[in-house]
Amino acid sequence: MRDLGAEPTQSSAAIQAEAETSSGTSYSALSQIGYYLLHERMLSIGLFMLIALLALWLIGGQIVDPKLADPISGPQTASPQSKYWLGTDFNGRQVLPLMVHGAPLTLRIGLFAGVFGLGIGILLGFLGGYMRGPVDAFIRIISDVFITIPSLAVLVVVASTIKESAGLSVNMMGLIVASLSWMWPTRVIRAQVLSMRESNYVEVARLNGMGDLEIIFRELMPNLFPFLAASFVGAMASGILAAVGLEALGLGPQHEPTLGMTIYWSLYYGAVISNWWWWYGPPILLVAWIFISLYLIAAGLDKWANPRLRQSL
Amino acid sequence: MSITYIGARIGMFILVVWLATTVIFFLPRIASDRNPVRERLVMMAATGNLATGMEKVVAAYEEEYGLDQPLYLQYIRYLSSLVRGDLNYSLINYPTRVWDMIVQRMPYTLGLVGISVLTAFALGSLSGATLAWPGAPKWLKGALPVFLTLSPIPYFMLAIMLMFLFAVRHQWQPEWWPLLPLAGATSVTTVYDGWNMDRILDTIYHSILPAMSIILSQIGFWALGMRGMMVTTQGEDYVTLAQMRGLKPSRVFSLYGMRNATLPQLTSLALAMSLIFSGVILVEVIYRYPGMGTLLYNAIAGFDYFVIYGVVFVLIVMVAASTFILDIVYPFIDPRVRRAA
Repeated sequence: MRDLGAEPTQSSAAIQAEAETSSGTSYSALSQIGYYLLHERMLSIGLFMLIALLALWLIGGQIVDPKLADPISGPQTASPQSKYWLGTDFNGRQVLPLMVHGAPLTLRIGLFAGVFGLGIGILLGFLGGYMRGPVDAFIRIISDVFITIPSLAVLVVVASTIKESAGLSVNMMGLIVASLSWMWPTRVIRAQVLSMRESNYVEVARLNGMGDLEIIFRELMPNLFPFLAASFVGAMASGILAAVGLEALGLGPQHEPTLGMTIYWSLYYGAVISNWWWWYGPPILLVAWIFISLYLIAAGLDKWANPRLRQSL
Repeated sequence: MSITYIGARIGMFILVVWLATTVIFFLPRIASDRNPVRERLVMMAATGNLATGMEKVVAAYEEEYGLDQPLYLQYIRYLSSLVRGDLNYSLINYPTRVWDMIVQRMPYTLGLVGISVLTAFALGSLSGATLAWPGAPKWLKGALPVFLTLSPIPYFMLAIMLMFLFAVRHQWQPEWWPLLPLAGATSVTTVYDGWNMDRILDTIYHSILPAMSIILSQIGFWALGMRGMMVTTQGEDYVTLAQMRGLKPSRVFSLYGMRNATLPQLTSLALAMSLIFSGVILVEVIYRYPGMGTLLYNAIAGFDYFVIYGVVFVLIVMVAASTFILDIVYPFIDPRVRRAA
């Protein structure tokens, strides 16, 4: 039940076959990616949404003066108007520059979690799936247990300790949420490696005299690509979710306007009751935008890895 | 269900709680070499904020967790006090025990989690199953993408959106637009002593928006999972056989299709419990709902460390317990597990 191992191996083989017959060229990782980007609507919409956000940030960062996101750069809680496009907050920060400045901070926290989660996941997943035996049993139990533990609860304790003694920064937040982003990647990668190492092409590679590392990098990694990418995106989303949650509880960087902190301050000053929608609306929509795009990318990658889903959707 | 099956589940429950509490004990001590609880106590003493009688708490704390104590001794004392259910006193409301504060809040959190998860799970699974079966209504097909779009959005952000729409008066809202309570679990103007029907109805009325924000976010998730499973189930031989035997379509749908497709859903539910509880905690904060989330929020704002640790511990136990209960329910629905167990 919990072992999702067996199917996807066949599936990536099936995708290869499909890619080969449709394009007529020999299989390569790049053509596979290209093929899927064209044919997988969810994946391409998700990627487009994410790229649009990055473009907005790059262009916005050039045009908008970051100083305008400082307090008293405008009047108090002014509604959107020609001078202040998205209005201003209670402390006279302009909301538009606040968003341009804040969205990349939130994405950075997500990147921390994605890189760290995937890194640990690859390490533990390969270690368990390839070594098997007691090492694998230990890794499996540990990752299963940590999935059951509510990570927000653990993070609250850590963040509240650090907040009082050292103060939180964006990078610190990234590290904190990254520390609990490795369980799902570990689980997924382990299950894949476990089933792949039994497959024929790995057997052939071994008979051809390939070493373990060579097999891992030349045979397993390319076939794992959709799973690795999905794990990365998943870890990123869970990291941002944890960070936004901590920030809503007041455990975020006090002096840096991440999206979550902007939401926290708006709630702190009762923005919903006072109907200052331009203050809390944009950060909520931006966070929703990020989550929806990550969700679409992950779902698209899932379908790529598992053709059974493709038929049913 | 055999003793070994139950024994293994209990073992897992204890393992989860023990590991979580251990991480909570050591992680902050690795992350920072300062002890915030101690600093807090010293600061409260220095500013004269120490309530009478609290010297005892400080002395006990020094004795158990003071810097001169070796770490392993601190750890053993920490574990033994948790096993005894001793969560210490609140720093801000001194003579009140943390455990008493939590017990007061727990029914609200459990009620919110229970009702919203059951509703979302039932509605989502049912509509997902219907979507996979031939002849699904058009409006349901149209609704799915909407719910799927809502599903990756954190509950508490949906809570703020719902608050904007249904708890605050706007000019664009027509006359008939329903407005629901903005905060709390009972109306501010009424004082209740004890629980009676009026208070229960009032609480339900105040819980609509918090519960809706959780339900709306979850329906898509359960519907998608169920639809996928139902598609697989439809291709199974036993379903074809049941249809050929001329059983009523409704019977094939519910007993042959739904029952088998529900099993993986239950596994997902067990895995989702930690996210659900965390999400509910945050929704409570938005609506100032008097559950454990609001207690945690206030404790964080006031640096009331014993309350923070207490709420976190109880939260971990509740999540582990809900997973345990689902594990125990599972064999009742799946005879294969029952026999193997």
